Amino acid sequence: MKKFLFLLILLAAPLRAAPVTDTFSDPATEARARYLQRQLRCLVCQGESIDESGAPLAAELRHLVRQQMADGRSDQEIEDYLKARYGNFILMKPPLQADTYFLWLAPFLVLIGAGAVAIFVISKARRAVAELPPDLL
Amino acid sequence: MTGELGQLALCFALALSLVMAAAGLTGARSNAATARGIAHGATMGMLVFIALAFGTLTYAFVTSDFSIADVANNSHTLKPLIYKITGVWGNHEGSMLLWVLVLSLYAGLVSALGRGGPQLTSAALGVQGLLASAFILFILFTSNPFLRLDPAPFEGAGLNPLLQDPGLAIHPPMLYAGYVGLSASFSYAAAALIVGEEGWARAARPFMLIAWIALTCGIALGSWWAYYELGWGGFWFWDPVENASLMPWLVATALLHSALATERTGAFRTWTLLLAIAGFSMSLIGTFLVRSGVLSSVHAFASDPTRGFFIMMLIFCAIGGALGLFAWRAPTLKGGAAFDTVSRETALLLNNVFLVAACAAVFVGTLYPLLLDAINGEKISVGPPYYAATFAPIFFALLLLVPFGPILGWRRGDLKASARALAPALGIAAVAALAVLAIASPRFLTGVGAFAVAGWLIGASILSFIKRKGARASAFAAALAHAGLGVTLMGVTGTTLWRSEALAVLAPGQTMTVGPYTLRFDGVTQEQGPNYRASRAHIALMDGTRVQSMLMPEQRIYPAEGQDTANTAIRTTGFQDLYLALGDDRGNGRWTLRAYVSPLAPFIWLGGLVMAFGGMLSLWGRLRAGAKVPSAMAQPAE
Repeated sequence: MKKFLFLLILLAAPLRAAPVTDTFSDPATEARARYLQRQLRCLVCQGESIDESGAPLAAELRHLVRQQMADGRSDQEIEDYLKARYGNFILMKPPLQADTYFLWLAPFLVLIGAGAVAIFVISKARRAVAELPPDLL
Repeated sequence: MTGELGQLALCFALALSLVMAAAGLTGARSNAATARGIAHGATMGMLVFIALAFGTLTYAFVTSDFSIADVANNSHTLKPLIYKITGVWGNHEGSMLLWVLVLSLYAGLVSALGRGGPQLTSAALGVQGLLASAFILFILFTSNPFLRLDPAPFEGAGLNPLLQDPGLAIHPPMLYAGYVGLSASFSYAAAALIVGEEGWARAARPFMLIAWIALTCGIALGSWWAYYELGWGGFWFWDPVENASLMPWLVATALLHSALATERTGAFRTWTLLLAIAGFSMSLIGTFLVRSGVLSSVHAFASDPTRGFFIMMLIFCAIGGALGLFAWRAPTLKGGAAFDTVSRETALLLNNVFLVAACAAVFVGTLYPLLLDAINGEKISVGPPYYAATFAPIFFALLLLVPFGPILGWRRGDLKASARALAPALGIAAVAALAVLAIASPRFLTGVGAFAVAGWLIGASILSFIKRKGARASAFAAALAHAGLGVTLMGVTGTTLWRSEALAVLAPGQTMTVGPYTLRFDGVTQEQGPNYRASRAHIALMDGTRVQSMLMPEQRIYPAEGQDTANTAIRTTGFQDLYLALGDDRGNGRWTLRAYVSPLAPFIWLGGLVMAFGGMLSLWGRLRAGAKVPSAMAQPAE
């Protein structure tokens, strides 16, 4: 039944503009809400954030975010609340924890490693160029 | 009859690809001219039979032959002709056949152009034959598009309406021309290792360029499609499928640059070989990601692993074999670069360092969630914020260095003279930054920085156009490609930072404003398309009380497929897009309307076009030079 419901949600969630939700009149608060919404993945149409998604669940989550903001919670508290409810999957930005250190560090490790190799290659090539006959330069 | 004909053609192609592999690899020996002749013949034969198989499947789609399961599952009699044709590759089986067709076309091109020595070409054909036979086996055993249905259904199931779009119709062939085009560089690299010939980088360059141009266009096209079709104005989503095409592009770009040094001064010989292998490996991994179902969920993959397992084995053999060959033969290549710290070579090396790191970010971001899910069942999502923190700064650093590359001399450059020559570009960068400070609002530091860098890139390109009159085509090609980066950067920045949007529920006659535009909603009409029904909104773009023009975003319902799509209406000035998407029916003639104003949005794809045009210029220069002077690497036959 749950699976069937999920399918129903999928079918009922065409790619269309999101329905109107409540908006904050203060532009700064509204911008904060939009930022938060972009940090949260829609659990139905997983390519999108809840800010973009037209799925009913996304609308509920948007409402939830705004409700919590109105209750005076901080960004961190709101994200933590949703994480507790839906797991890490809802966060567009993967958390930094023991099993994601590699994810976060790998690009920079590669950068440092490749940079080190480059420095090694350049220093070797420099020695070689000193021995080249000048007409080759 | 059609199905059997196609099946038979595939079997013949398989046999010929095996002949091609055996004869081609035998022809790598200097005294095997007969084998080389056979390899060339088998290549053309395979191309003919693959084309026949593909033509047969196309015929089945066009004539709606629902006795073929693939057609019944993916086509419909009411579909317009063009989407019947493009439906051939709008499904797994057909797209794999297209994959092999492109592979065969490249093999034919390698055979016909025959750059490099006869032994090198022959060995390259042999490797290409091995790849082709593996993929034809994959099609025959796990993804046969010619399987029959008995009884044949009266009507087909239709094609995903999202794919019924001209942009997406040409997107897959373009992308495949790039993806699979990297197989030619891969085969040349493997051939160079087998034969021990050093001139391979020159021989393979036209193929690298063709693949790179096609990849660039394919990615730009896909991004443009997502922009106008998906209905929320975004252009890149860091979706695994997009990443699968970006990774080969990053490696191919690194390869183009590294091969330049290898060709010119013999530097980075082994590294260029490794990049050629890595480029096609990325294509294979991308194919695996998209085709095995592993992306939708690790568990979906585990429940029907035949296809995924087959491709995995194939990747394993191809990459493993190539790397094994590399480990065995690369140390025998005479190498050793000689250049100074300040030189073109150093610039190209740095280019590679940053591109490899950027590719690592995309690679890890795409595959780590799958790995984590498989290991401990933890589900994380790696979305845009991750790439903003990893890929973006690395790529940005690369862009800062780009203008130095073409201006530094080979082996020993002059940093002071280069810096002086680039000074005007710095001026243009400052103007761009000031322009952002003066015009844009809100003023973001990232926006100022991005425009400064874009100005720096475009400025340096303009300088090299002015100063290097009479220079070779390749210099202009580099200038164009680098300027394209700047143009795309402006587009990305403008759209990301300064997009304004408005959302409203409107009754007929009511107006809304977005950015500088005033829009009047004139109601929704029902329209009938060939295989869909549409709710078409009539939106008047107002200039005071006068109607300036009409925009008509639609909601389409495809009854055969049971799906609907949003068809946006976009009005562009070339510098700014007004983008409209129709939302829900709110009753009593009231509808939701979503409107965006995206400054500089067209620049995103324009930049891609400029880059591709640079690639074409370089290719043209290459082919012309190649036609005039016989390749210096050509060896006397026996």
